[in-house]
Amino acid sequence: MLKFLGTRAVASAISLVGLVLLVFFLSRLTGDPTGLYLPLDASEEARNQFREIHGLNDPIFIQFLNYLGDLIRLDFGESIRRSEPAIDVVMRGFGWTLQLAAVTMSLVVVCAVIVGSLAAFHVGGVFDRIATFFSLIGASAPDFWIAIVAIVIFSVNLGWVPTSGTGTVWHWILPVSVLFIRPFGLILQIVRGSMITALSSAYVKTARAKGIKNRTIIFVHALRNALLPVITIIGDQAAALLNGAVVVESIFGFPGVGKLMIDSILQRDFTVVMAAILVTATAIFVMNLLIDILYSILDPRIRY
Amino acid sequence: MTDPTLHTPILPDVPEAPNPVTQMLRMLWNDKFAFVSVVILLIILVCAITGPLWLEDIATKQNLRGRNAPPFDFSTSWPYWLGGDALGRPLLARIIVAAQNTIFVAAGAVFFSLTIGTVLGLIAGYTSRIISQVIMRLADIVMSFPSLLLAVIVLYTLDSSVFNLVIVLAITRIPVYLRTARAETLEVRERMFVQAARVMGASNGRIIFRHILPIVFPTLVTIATLDFAFVMLAESALSFLGIGIQPPEITWGLMVSQGRPYLTSAWWLSFWPGIAIILTTLSLNLVSHWLRTALDPAQRWRLENVRKKNG
Amino acid sequence: MGERLLEVRNLSVDFHTSHGTVHAVRDVSWHLERGETLAILGESGSGKSVSASAILNLIDMPPGEITSGQIVFEGRDLLTMLPEERRQLNGHRIAMIFQDPLSHLNPVYSIGFQIAEAMTAHGVNKGQTRARTIELLKRVGIPNADTKVDAYPHQFSGGQRQRIMIAMALALKPDILIADEPTTALDVTVQAEILALLEELQTETGMGLLLITHDLGVVAEVADRVVVMNSGEIVETGSASDVYHNPQHPYTQQLIAAIPGNGQMASQLAQTTPMLEIKGLSKHYGAFIALEDANLTVLPAESVAIVGESGSGKSTLAKTILRLEDATAGEALFEGRDLVKMAPKELFKMRRDVQMVFQDPTQSLNPRMSIYDIISEAFVIHPEILDKQHWKARVCELLEQVGLKADHMYRHPHQFSGGQRQRIAIARALALEPKLIVCDEAVSALDVSIQAQVLALLTRLQNELGLSYLFIAHDLLLVRDFAHRVIVMQNGKIVEQGPVDQIFDAPREPYTRNLIAASLSPDPTIQAARREALIALQGERV
Repeated sequence: MLKFLGTRAVASAISLVGLVLLVFFLSRLTGDPTGLYLPLDASEEARNQFREIHGLNDPIFIQFLNYLGDLIRLDFGESIRRSEPAIDVVMRGFGWTLQLAAVTMSLVVVCAVIVGSLAAFHVGGVFDRIATFFSLIGASAPDFWIAIVAIVIFSVNLGWVPTSGTGTVWHWILPVSVLFIRPFGLILQIVRGSMITALSSAYVKTARAKGIKNRTIIFVHALRNALLPVITIIGDQAAALLNGAVVVESIFGFPGVGKLMIDSILQRDFTVVMAAILVTATAIFVMNLLIDILYSILDPRIRY
Repeated sequence: MTDPTLHTPILPDVPEAPNPVTQMLRMLWNDKFAFVSVVILLIILVCAITGPLWLEDIATKQNLRGRNAPPFDFSTSWPYWLGGDALGRPLLARIIVAAQNTIFVAAGAVFFSLTIGTVLGLIAGYTSRIISQVIMRLADIVMSFPSLLLAVIVLYTLDSSVFNLVIVLAITRIPVYLRTARAETLEVRERMFVQAARVMGASNGRIIFRHILPIVFPTLVTIATLDFAFVMLAESALSFLGIGIQPPEITWGLMVSQGRPYLTSAWWLSFWPGIAIILTTLSLNLVSHWLRTALDPAQRWRLENVRKKNG
Repeated sequence: MGERLLEVRNLSVDFHTSHGTVHAVRDVSWHLERGETLAILGESGSGKSVSASAILNLIDMPPGEITSGQIVFEGRDLLTMLPEERRQLNGHRIAMIFQDPLSHLNPVYSIGFQIAEAMTAHGVNKGQTRARTIELLKRVGIPNADTKVDAYPHQFSGGQRQRIMIAMALALKPDILIADEPTTALDVTVQAEILALLEELQTETGMGLLLITHDLGVVAEVADRVVVMNSGEIVETGSASDVYHNPQHPYTQQLIAAIPGNGQMASQLAQTTPMLEIKGLSKHYGAFIALEDANLTVLPAESVAIVGESGSGKSTLAKTILRLEDATAGEALFEGRDLVKMAPKELFKMRRDVQMVFQDPTQSLNPRMSIYDIISEAFVIHPEILDKQHWKARVCELLEQVGLKADHMYRHPHQFSGGQRQRIAIARALALEPKLIVCDEAVSALDVSIQAQVLALLTRLQNELGLSYLFIAHDLLLVRDFAHRVIVMQNGKIVEQGPVDQIFDAPREPYTRNLIAASLSPDPTIQAARREALIALQGERV
């Protein structure tokens, strides 16, 4: 197990370096990097000074090593717009996003697993049809559209909840609800499909021959087997949320890492964009590792 | 010695199997949701191909009297039935014209990612460990990065043209097909008919394209249907954020974004293009859902059995 | 008549499939008494398992539908009882064990949990189950039961898993145990042990045992009475010995005639230059030795059988010869040239001479290719065999040679029965005009009557075309009528080889003798004698 975790950590590190390489060369390939780091209206003098300070006149290989060296010391540079270290800005946003993702995903997983399991038990029944139909609609709806329609209805017309901010529980209701819909639809589909397979398997037949109650068959025998493919999709969806629900955060003015990233892009604050990319990527690698561990807990056949 | 499983009793006489095309059509007819979806998708496809040819002028002509004209005013000409936008252009005509960009970007991205992902997946599944590892690590890098965000970064550093958008979205979706194709290949290559082909002296190319690909392909097509919807949503979101398609080109996502300032006064500007997106993605999801059942021999009877109840 | 433990009356079950409605069983009636063993004998598709599934409410409805009949247990019709009442009977009063225990045990729970659950589901206090579970595991012969109780199904061998299934089924001392092909996937020696265990437990508890099987040998070994089924109907009922010695129905007669092991044994061929000569062939996977120092020869037009239980290395031997695996050491000389070290180009030519027929014809034919495509692929890969204009005629000829019709060639594999598919696989091998065909368990997946037909086909082709066979099998009786020479393997090594009559009539090695003794004869009288011999052998070993 430890050996496996070690191998995975190394593989993740390699992938991270790959990512850094990608971002680094993207930022250099597009021409003059000062265009990315400095405001568009920066003077030629300022640009020259910037090149001098940051060694942009050095050979590209040296530049990359310097860049990597800075990263290892977690030095992403100063945010140009906010005049504080980029990493601090990003970590603040990431904290908000982490909370939002955790709340949303917990709700999604609980609801999707229960509804999906029950739908799979009577395939083609009324409950299954309703659940399937709504999950398909959920998986089909563009979140930005739902968000603005929800704001018009619930905030503007009915005045039930505030349109943006994070102050109270009321502020969280709309963003969480909107973010809930798509992952719920997708995960419900996977749970249902996976449960149908599990419920038609031989060991369920054995359980029925043993006289086990239906509830136990569904939630003990079939579910644990069915969860293995489900966990993968939960991971994917959680990753999407962790990276900042870009659209929803910016519509609701939620100060998470997604909104930060879009704002920084529009304000051309490249150091913050870079820091945000690497922080969220690291978080996703950690989460993938957790998922691998969860796999081996759920299925004793998986031993690393 | 094969046990007759309860689900599929083996018949003493194996009858002639029906023609696969008519069989698929019959199964489609038996699932009314999927049938309607296919009809809707065909209509959208026709709009996407022919729309700009005959509606381009109507859709771009500004009309001050029709500014934010409300929908369902049937006294006007039909392109205004869904209302007019902030510059008085007819919404229905604009939605039909915008279908082309929206569908083209999604179709292009799905086509490239499906092709490249499948080929890489087959290679990763069938060749040596080292090549496989390199391909999988590359996929990890792309996967570690939700597609929307990667697109944001690349479109930030490059220009946001239709072509770049297609390429970026394609790259972000490659791992989906790659992983599936690899996993299925690893399983199929151990099947006995592949071994039999090797014993006959078949080349690797022949085994991959003649024996493995036909088995793996239906699964990939099912995923592609679902992914088409996903890519469409991603494109819409990017255009909504202002880093996807740029005006004067239009897509449905961009139309939603353009209507946003008028939400409280003229909700229909954002509402209708959103409905167009939902209708398309929902249809795609329903078709994919149906495909999954239709292509799974163990589930198929659910679609084939409908007529049994009356006779 | 109130004595009868279980009675099935006029049961009919339909399945609605894509090909129309299938009458899985029609008007089937049988009964089971306390302490009795009833066998339901039938080939695949005979509907032999269906009534058992109906007893335990395991038929999925839809697609299944019970159209008529009663299942009476203790005076009550199960089919009219409430689902909850039936659940309380399942596992408590009526229990079942299945073929393929690996897939029938839940892979993610420990065996202890699964056995205990069979008790708690019927109201046994949780606190008492662990001790009872360990006791049960000990009773069915699981070593170190105290610690193994927390292990998972994949950590046991096939035979042990079936023992665990038995422990689970017997946890509440049911009145009836239904065993659906309980020993089919197991080695013969393990099969003998499991059957002996079932008999012992039956004597101990006095339960009625319903045994569903395709194997007349199993019937002869344990059954008191037998019900023979064919195409969903009962064709014959009687005591095991009556049905074997005096079958009334033509189907039963045909079934018994098809059983291998009663024919003339082949005489040896005159010694000539061997076609295939294997010297010191070994295959190691890391530290695991799959095959060690194998030496054997195959003469032209000779059938050499390789017999062994699972893990004996017989399939590894075949794969190494065909270069599906690379050998670790040794050589395999085919007409003087070494297959093991052959360069790819030469190997490609050699593929025409050495062909293979695989175990499961369902899997060895590409489901998406037509029969024409499957057979003519040989000519696509080796274009020098035949010009394209003659392909069709040649495919027709090959199909007729293996006993199929030429107009079958545009059909797909799923439209054929198992036996027909294996004929197609043989036609595919013949298309390359090989000199040697390696048959890896080529008839093991087929029904007994089909097995006989395919073996007859192989023999005929040998006489017509002068083919040699390397015939790999786990079933000793099967090779008795077919092979010229027999090689017995165990744990990756050849333990004995010799002419077929010598192996069967005067085996030298204890392992061979044990193997022969453990294989079941369909004749209840002979089987009784065999069992004595086996017990004596085991006594000898102890």
